[in-house]
Amino acid sequence: MDLYAENILDHARRPHGKTLLKNPTAERREINASCGDDLTVQLQVKNDIVTKVGWMGAGCAISQAAMSMLSDELVGKTIKEVEALKPKAVLELLNVNVGPRRLKCALLCLHAVKNARRAMEGMKPQSWAETMNGDQ
Amino acid sequence: MLDLPAIRRQFPALNQQVNGNPLVYLDNAATTQKPHVVLDAMTHFYERDNANPHRGMHPLAERATEAFEHARATVTRFIHAPRQEEVIFTKNATESINIVARGLAAKWGKGDAIAISLLEHHSNLVPWLMLREEKGFEIRWIDTDPEGHLDLHSLDEILKDGAVRLIPVTALSNVLGNRPPLEAIIERAHGAGALVLVDAAQSIAHHEMNVTTLGCDFLAFSGHKLFGPTGIGILWGRGNLLNKLPPLLGGGMMMEDVCSDSFVAAEIPTRFEGGTPPVAEVVGLGAAIEWFSKYSWKDIEAHEARLLSLVMQELSGVSGLKMYGPQNITERSGSVIFTVDGVHAHDLAHLLGERGICLRAGNHCAKLLHERLGLLATTRLSVALYNTEEEIRTVAPAIRDICKKLRGS
Repeated sequence: MDLYAENILDHARRPHGKTLLKNPTAERREINASCGDDLTVQLQVKNDIVTKVGWMGAGCAISQAAMSMLSDELVGKTIKEVEALKPKAVLELLNVNVGPRRLKCALLCLHAVKNARRAMEGMKPQSWAETMNGDQ
Repeated sequence: MLDLPAIRRQFPALNQQVNGNPLVYLDNAATTQKPHVVLDAMTHFYERDNANPHRGMHPLAERATEAFEHARATVTRFIHAPRQEEVIFTKNATESINIVARGLAAKWGKGDAIAISLLEHHSNLVPWLMLREEKGFEIRWIDTDPEGHLDLHSLDEILKDGAVRLIPVTALSNVLGNRPPLEAIIERAHGAGALVLVDAAQSIAHHEMNVTTLGCDFLAFSGHKLFGPTGIGILWGRGNLLNKLPPLLGGGMMMEDVCSDSFVAAEIPTRFEGGTPPVAEVVGLGAAIEWFSKYSWKDIEAHEARLLSLVMQELSGVSGLKMYGPQNITERSGSVIFTVDGVHAHDLAHLLGERGICLRAGNHCAKLLHERLGLLATTRLSVALYNTEEEIRTVAPAIRDICKKLRGS
C-alpha cells in the first residue's frame, strides 16, 4: 500500500490540533536530527485525563500526519493509557505500511508524547530504543 | 572524452531497475558504486592469495604481502606522496582523522587552539569537540558566508597570537559543493606555526590531490567514496609528524619490541596498523585506484562540470525549489543541496527513491552548517563520473510530479 495514501496526505496538508495551548500541563520537544523532523507536544491533563492536545513543529509528511492523528486519539485517554500506548497503536492509525526507513518519522509523535508524560511526572525522558521497543 | 556506456557497463549495481524504472544513482557523496574489477580483485584475493600479510613465510603469505604493499604503492602514487611508508591504511576517513586528533591533542592543553569552520562534516568536527572536553584547548571558528566561502581575514585574526596548532579543513564540502582555498590556508597556517589536516573524503574522486605540491601535513580519505570497498581508509602524513603520534590501537605488528612490562611502538606505517588489516579491502582499493587512473582528470572534471551545470539549469526550472552553495558554477563540485517550499526533504527523497532516483535527505552529517544556513533538512544530489545527462534530466520532472502529489492539486 502506498505510504503517501490520501488519508496521510490529508492530515499532513491540514493537520489536526496544530496549535499551542495556553496552559499546558505537560510539554516536550523531540527532534529527529538525522532527517530533520521537529515536534513539540503539549498535553492538558485534568484528573488524570488528557483533555486537550496541542502541538507545533516542522517535519516530513509522515511525522506530521502521525502527530495529527495521534492528537485526535489522545483526547479522553487516561494518563495510564498514554503510558501504555504502543508503537503498534500509532502505526494502526496511519494504516499504511511504514517500513523501517520511516519508522522513526511515524513514531516521533509517540516519543514526544511519552516524554511529555514523563516530564509531567518529573521522570527522566525515555530513549528511542524504549519507544521503538514498546511492543515487546 | 569519457565513454559513458563503456564505463557504466562495468558497474553491476548501476544496471538495475526500481519499480520498473532504471536506477538513477545520485548519492555518490554518501558512497560510490564499484566496478567489477574491484569486486573481482577482492574475490580473487580470497580465492587464491588469502593469507595474513607480513606474518608468514609461505607462498600465500608472500602473495598477500605483495598485494598489500602493491596497493600501498598505488595509493602513494595516486596522492603523490613522497614516501610510501607515510601512507597508512585505516578503516575510513573518520578513523584517519581520529588518529591525528588523538595523537596531536595528547600534547595540547589550555593555551592551545585549533581553527575550524562550520563547513566541516561531523567526522572532522566531533573528534575535536570530544578532545576539547578532555584536553581543554580552544576551538576557534573561521567565518564562512552562506555560499561556503571561508573568510581568510577571519582566519588571519585567529592565527595572530600563535596559539593555533592545527587547521582541520575539508578539500570539498559535501553539502555546499565548494572548495576552500587550501594553498592559501596552508600558507597562512605554516606562517603562524600551525599544521594542516585536509579532509579529502569528498574531493578524492573528483579532483587530483597532490600532497607534495599542496604542502598539507596530513590528508584523510575513505576508499568507498573512490569506487573502492567500505572498511578501508587512508591517512597520509609527513613521516616526521606521524612518527611522533602515539598509536591508536595497540596490538600485533605495531611494536618494535615488547616485553612483559613495556613496549616500543614501531615506526610508520605499521605503527598505526595494529592487528590484521582489512587486506581484501586494501586490495580492492588498489584495484579501484588503478581502474580510476585510466581516466584523465581533465575528462572527469569536464564531464562532472557539465553534469552540475545541467543540474542547476534543470532544478532552477522547478518552482519553489531553492539551491544552496556557490552561485558561480565554476566554484562548484560534487554535490548540490536544495529545498522545495512546503515539501519536506524526507518525503521528496522517499518518493524519488520509489522511482529509482537515489538522493539523500537530512543534514548530511553537517548539522552545524545547516543551522548556520537556517535549514532543518535539505535534499542532496551528488554526481560521479558514471552519471549521465540523461539521468540528470529525470530529476526535475520527477520532483514536479511529487510536489503535485504532496501538495494536492
